[in-house]
Amino acid sequence: MFAALADASRRSMVERLGRGSASVKELAAPLSMSLPAVMQHLRVLESSGLVSSAKTGRVRTCRINPAALRTAEDWIAVRRADLSAQLDRLGTYLENS
Amino acid sequence: MSIVHETITLERHYDATPERVFQAFASPEAKAQWFPSAPDGWTFRPGEFEFREGGLETSASGPPGGELYHNTTRYHDIVPNRRIIYSYEMARGDQRISVSMQSVDLFAESGGTRLVLTDQGAYLDGLDNASNRRRGLEPQLDQLAKAVLAGSLQEGAS
Repeated sequence: MFAALADASRRSMVERLGRGSASVKELAAPLSMSLPAVMQHLRVLESSGLVSSAKTGRVRTCRINPAALRTAEDWIAVRRADLSAQLDRLGTYLENS
Repeated sequence: MSIVHETITLERHYDATPERVFQAFASPEAKAQWFPSAPDGWTFRPGEFEFREGGLETSASGPPGGELYHNTTRYHDIVPNRRIIYSYEMARGDQRISVSMQSVDLFAESGGTRLVLTDQGAYLDGLDNASNRRRGLEPQLDQLAKAVLAGSLQEGAS
């Protein structure tokens, strides 16, 4: 996954997909890049498991694959755990004071 | 530059009156006993403690010999025994990591108090928090993961 994210264009594509699924054409629009070049980046992202795409008619729609974001979900879980632990400490304090 | 927004909602029941729960936030001596999180020998340094609307509360914490994390809190709305609303920013050294709004809602219920904590954070890109630094995640992946997090989690939750 690290190699997939090493390229600025691919990061930009992933950031765009983070706001919702998009067609290849929509991904290409802000990048001033040809469609074949975007397709090439898309293949790298797909092989990393970070992005998946499906073709309906003539339009290929791309989306983030949430399952690939294990580390980010871990991060959220840790954030939540920190706050949760704080409220547990408050409970312990209230019991013991 | 990007921002990831994240909302965390937590709920607890305490066998204590809303007055006592409120006091645990309002009194510096009380708050010092439960608020600081000090993992792995981290130090915690309290600073200002102005528990009033418009008041400031500051603290710093960090690993032994390491960079300090600064919490700067501004109280906006305080209704005794009912609710507390504040905003806070976190910085690592002099670099801002996140700006968040947090509200603590207290409800009297049978046998005690229901507390609802809502934390709405704006996490700034290229920076991470103590927890994922400890986990040693790749900074670049962090940055990106945060950028895509909100959308994917919403998808995952629906």
